[in-house]
Amino acid sequence: MEFFSKKTNFDFLGSRKLAFLLSAVLMVGSLILLIPGVRGLNFGIDFTGGVLLEMGYKGPANLTDIRERLAANGFAEAQVQNFGTSSDVLIRILPREGLAGEAVGKQILELLKAGDASAELRRTEFVGPQVGEELTEQGALAMLFALLMIMVYIVVRFQWKFAVGAIVATLHDPIITLGVFALLGLTFDLSVLAAMLAIVGYSVNDTIVVFDRIRENFRRIRRGTPQDIMNLSVNETLSRTIMTSFTTSLVVIAMLIFGGETLRGFSTALIIGIVIGTYSSIFVASALALELKAAPVDLMPPAKDKAQLDSQP
Amino acid sequence: MNRFPLWKNAIVVIVLLAATLVSLPNLFGDAPAVQVSLANGQLLEGSGLERVKQVLDTNKLEPTAVYTEKGRVMARFPSVDVQLRAADALRAALGKGYVVAMTLTPSTPAWLRALGLRPVPLGLDLRGGVHFLFEVDMAAAVKQRLEIYATDFNKLLRDNRIRRSVAIVGQELQIRLPDAADADRAEALMRDTDRDLEFDRRDVTEGALLVARMTPKQIRDRQDFAIQQNTTTLRNRVNELGVAEPIVQRQGLDRIVVQLPGVQDPAQAERVLGATATLEFRLVCAEEQAFEADQTGRVPLGCELFKTRDGSPVLLKRRTIVTGDQLVDASQGFEEGQAAVFVRLDSRGARSMLDTTKANLKKPMAVVFVEQKRETIERDGRKIEVPRETREVINIATINGVFSSSFQITGLDSLEARDLALLLRAGALAAPIYKVEERTVGPSLGQDNIDRGIRAFLIGFALVAIFMVLYYGMFGFVANIGLLTNVILIIALLSMIQAALTLPGIAGIVLTMGMAVDANVLINERIREELRNGMSPQAAIHAGYDKAFATIADSNLTTLIAGIVLFAFGSGPIKGFAVVLCLGILTSMFTALTVTRALVNVLYGYRKVERLSV
Repeated sequence: MEFFSKKTNFDFLGSRKLAFLLSAVLMVGSLILLIPGVRGLNFGIDFTGGVLLEMGYKGPANLTDIRERLAANGFAEAQVQNFGTSSDVLIRILPREGLAGEAVGKQILELLKAGDASAELRRTEFVGPQVGEELTEQGALAMLFALLMIMVYIVVRFQWKFAVGAIVATLHDPIITLGVFALLGLTFDLSVLAAMLAIVGYSVNDTIVVFDRIRENFRRIRRGTPQDIMNLSVNETLSRTIMTSFTTSLVVIAMLIFGGETLRGFSTALIIGIVIGTYSSIFVASALALELKAAPVDLMPPAKDKAQLDSQP
Repeated sequence: MNRFPLWKNAIVVIVLLAATLVSLPNLFGDAPAVQVSLANGQLLEGSGLERVKQVLDTNKLEPTAVYTEKGRVMARFPSVDVQLRAADALRAALGKGYVVAMTLTPSTPAWLRALGLRPVPLGLDLRGGVHFLFEVDMAAAVKQRLEIYATDFNKLLRDNRIRRSVAIVGQELQIRLPDAADADRAEALMRDTDRDLEFDRRDVTEGALLVARMTPKQIRDRQDFAIQQNTTTLRNRVNELGVAEPIVQRQGLDRIVVQLPGVQDPAQAERVLGATATLEFRLVCAEEQAFEADQTGRVPLGCELFKTRDGSPVLLKRRTIVTGDQLVDASQGFEEGQAAVFVRLDSRGARSMLDTTKANLKKPMAVVFVEQKRETIERDGRKIEVPRETREVINIATINGVFSSSFQITGLDSLEARDLALLLRAGALAAPIYKVEERTVGPSLGQDNIDRGIRAFLIGFALVAIFMVLYYGMFGFVANIGLLTNVILIIALLSMIQAALTLPGIAGIVLTMGMAVDANVLINERIREELRNGMSPQAAIHAGYDKAFATIADSNLTTLIAGIVLFAFGSGPIKGFAVVLCLGILTSMFTALTVTRALVNVLYGYRKVERLSV
């Protein structure tokens, strides 16, 4: 079986203005969505601090009763929702004035057990507000640091024009993924942050494969404009780019469907990231390098190698 | 040209055999077991093993295996029923000094254990349990030390007949003296007792003001001491709980992680661990004025108003005789038919106690229970947690004789005596701790997580495997073998480094599978390309692997960078994901470039090939 039995020849770079426009719209849109007042991210308790309880019931849980019970006992602001199935309930309480965070879990558990004896505690989490703040800082730092390290690597292995292309194309992926998370109001917790970094790794991986082929073709093909050669390279690697995205999507979809509620945010983020990442490595990364006037001369082997080659008979 | 030299094939075969062997223990599942260890944390060796065997033998309880592991005796049983009876029998026979805990332990066969091979340990989210993160109140640790200085200096200057008033202001000790000459004498005396303190004069309109400050090094030492002491205390308390394979570890500058696998009731664990309480011994002062002071709010000089547990007021001296960190041991017993707690103090506490009791025979002394709690308040629009301290008199007893390092507290019922002894024995905390994070995973969720993780893995694997064969034929099949060995290699490495596998870790394995075939996709696409360009099959295989190599290395290294950053910055479950991601990248490079190549060489390298199934 083959999807691309003949050599493809799409003009990806010719339509780069359109790609830039689309990316810009998506990025600006995402950034606007990420402003807390507009929509903002729905941070999980890993970041906000607070108390979370996951309860399992024998039958379908009576959410109204749970809400009333909590409200009657001073937890009117508690968020109560089903988690995965109708018999699983997730309760979340944000930290607030006068709340002794450490005792809340115990108190709620007793309240709910009094309401329905079949209530079983599946999971509790308590995160102090300081811890949440630190995590937010650490997360942002991790993201920046990863991008910086990757950029240095690409500058060393390729050239700065390509590094800029790769980093912008890569940055673009987690931002849009976050935008989608903000738009849909999905919970952003630690595992989603891990997924973001995995997306960064994945997307750069994709981009590097294309760049690698560009380097090879720049050195091999002497005719044609940089744009032609880069276009050829994207086309040559197209089959691989799509294949890998496809196999990765297969496993991530398996995780989304069968991995349970705990992995849902993680797999959702990955699926969005894979789609955007595939798009950006095909349409954005090389196009940006081209805009920066990337040319064969940027990726020639170091002069020493050339001298060695010349000296050979 | 598509043949590996013998040594290369040998390496592939040896690595695969070794990996299979190392990952073998993961196939055997868990069995109910009883773990016996020494309460004082020392290692239990051969004699302990014999003892356990003997106890089990006399009770006619047949274990499937008994052995020592990391200084603990582990006895495995065929069923939970036998395990329960064995635990009861061992508790009764071994008595105090031993911790008997029920647990699930991997039922690894003896010969694999003898090779030092163990399965991948499961994280708390998979096996159930409680995870606590405690923060040590560093400011309080320093303040406590200052208080001790204040008491000591007060006494020193009084003994030398220097008029003074000593106060703690912020992080420094302010000593007011009548004039500069007194200040000189006082400074000389204080310097003599503690050479490390920094002294300073400050201009005041009347008399002289001497300021003593701890040096940054002293503060650091004090904080280090506080966190080490607290770690030890928490470890002792965990031992009192009788938990198998607990983890008590310092994390960062001021935090301590406690993980209790298998513990299902965080409330009980926290009651003992998070007993952020310490004890103080104080003399009772002006007994008859207590009610008056409570009503009028006028407290006699040098006294402080306290409440007992039932709410009645008591006046106690401001000066504490002994604080909780000076206690070294406590046990519950009986003294003339009455329940009592036998207490032992360290030398500093003993000296103070001796002086006090000598001077105060037949007078009442109180034990004060000090507890730290945390409350969330809003300050400047930010939510922060602040400490709140409650003090409660739990017991007042009459000093019946002069004593120093050992004495007993009576006037308690036996239940109270037991609780007090346990709390004192486990050690008081050197500084208050606060719970800043708690995660509890129930046993049913843990098992669910394992089941779901494995299901997602198997289905993901099957989908990728089917697709690869459909798309690449024989080369897809080869890629699948590579994928399978990749998974075995990851599990083998995880077993070797004994890194706990978490649900995000399983997610990492699943994700790695999707991405690991990437290397083979690159190779196979390249082979197709070269065939299209008119190369012969053998040359195409060679060129495919050859040219894909640089690309695979480049692209994987960048992903590895992201993985390493994730590991460095991540905490807990995220670290688990990062470890698997990094290992997966390394193993997938090995399998794609070496294992699948060896297989392809065996399939095609030794014959004439007309066309390739790719």
